[in-house]
Amino acid sequence: MSKNNNCMSVLTNGIIKENPVFILILGTCPTLATTNNVVGAFGMGIAALAVLFCSNILISLLRHIIPDSVRIPCYIVIIAGFVTIVQMLVQAFFPELYKMLGVYLALITVNCIILGRAEMFASKNSVIRSGLDGLGMGIGFTLALTAMATIREVFGSASFAGISIPFLENYKIEFLVKAPGGMLVYGLLIALVYALTHGKAPMKKSFSCATCPSAAYCNTAACKKEEEGDK
Amino acid sequence: MFKTLIVILLSSVFVNNYVLSRFLGICPFLGVSKKLNQAVGMGVSVTAVMLLATAVTWPIQYLILDRLGLGYMQSIVFILVIAALVQMLETVIKKFSPALHAGLGVYLPLITTNCAVLGVAINNITDGYNFLESMVSSLGCGLGFLLAMVLFSGLRSRIDESEVPGPFKGLAVTLIAASFISLAFMGLAGIVDTIFK
Repeated sequence: MSKNNNCMSVLTNGIIKENPVFILILGTCPTLATTNNVVGAFGMGIAALAVLFCSNILISLLRHIIPDSVRIPCYIVIIAGFVTIVQMLVQAFFPELYKMLGVYLALITVNCIILGRAEMFASKNSVIRSGLDGLGMGIGFTLALTAMATIREVFGSASFAGISIPFLENYKIEFLVKAPGGMLVYGLLIALVYALTHGKAPMKKSFSCATCPSAAYCNTAACKKEEEGDK
Repeated sequence: MFKTLIVILLSSVFVNNYVLSRFLGICPFLGVSKKLNQAVGMGVSVTAVMLLATAVTWPIQYLILDRLGLGYMQSIVFILVIAALVQMLETVIKKFSPALHAGLGVYLPLITTNCAVLGVAINNITDGYNFLESMVSSLGCGLGFLLAMVLFSGLRSRIDESEVPGPFKGLAVTLIAASFISLAFMGLAGIVDTIFK
């Protein structure tokens, strides 16, 4: 029974408590770039979910085989392989979505959520737990992207997933679907999450930034240490 | 010919700025822009790596992958080539110029998985640029990144001194400030077309 609970908590962890977008603040590039419409955001979320789930499972399976010193290049190859598969599937079955997401689909390869979960979770946990973690994180990512895209599309272009909402037609804030609107909405949502949790959200603390490209210089705990070392 | 190159350069610096309108390389943009010297160091390193990555990935795409019909291997090959290049560059700089390494070398390992670098390499292929145009476009993207970093580091030092309401402290206010810079860049959208047509 307790084991079941444990697995459930691994799954729900990524959806709420450690939501990759609003709490861990990972994968900011696709979050900002693909959320100007709901369809693109949802597609991006599902594509990332698929890659995250598969790569977590494979990396967990290979965790005793991959030598420690070359683990990051190995993870990148595994992730890039799954990204290529997803890219081809999307191109074949959803050509419109493929056009909409463009280069961001290929850039799932360097999405810090996926590499981060590989390094922090899949390389240390069993296959089932890693799979569930990938699923949870992916669902959390998809939900967050869709929520943000809903705000931007409904108020920015008075439509939801391409269906227009007539009574908002005259009150469009077109700036929201453009680039600056993305950053503004993301900033406001982060502040909202912070306010709702009264600052109790783990805010990256439970997550080491070992694999993030700018780890040494960002705001997280590990990096603050580095900064203090500078002084 | 020359005009095309100028248009590519200017539009990749101002109009299609990688950070502010295409959202690539957001992590270093938010992470390393606290101090001016860090922002400049990161910007210069990214520009150098972008140029180098394009100089290598363009021939690989057209001379190896396309000829062998392996176009679908693009993502895997490019990311590995870029990662290897960055590591090599760091080793070489460390050996030959320790002073330069102290200044820029620290940023190099962070660039390996920077999405702006991979993005430039892939975009140059997707846009069908020839080799010279690709190099100019990479230069433009790098300079655009540098410009955005420098502007933003100035803004951030002002934010640090002002009082920010509780929940907005940290990342939230930084993102909102970035949104305003991006808004300013939106005003430049038509400028390149107007000058040259």
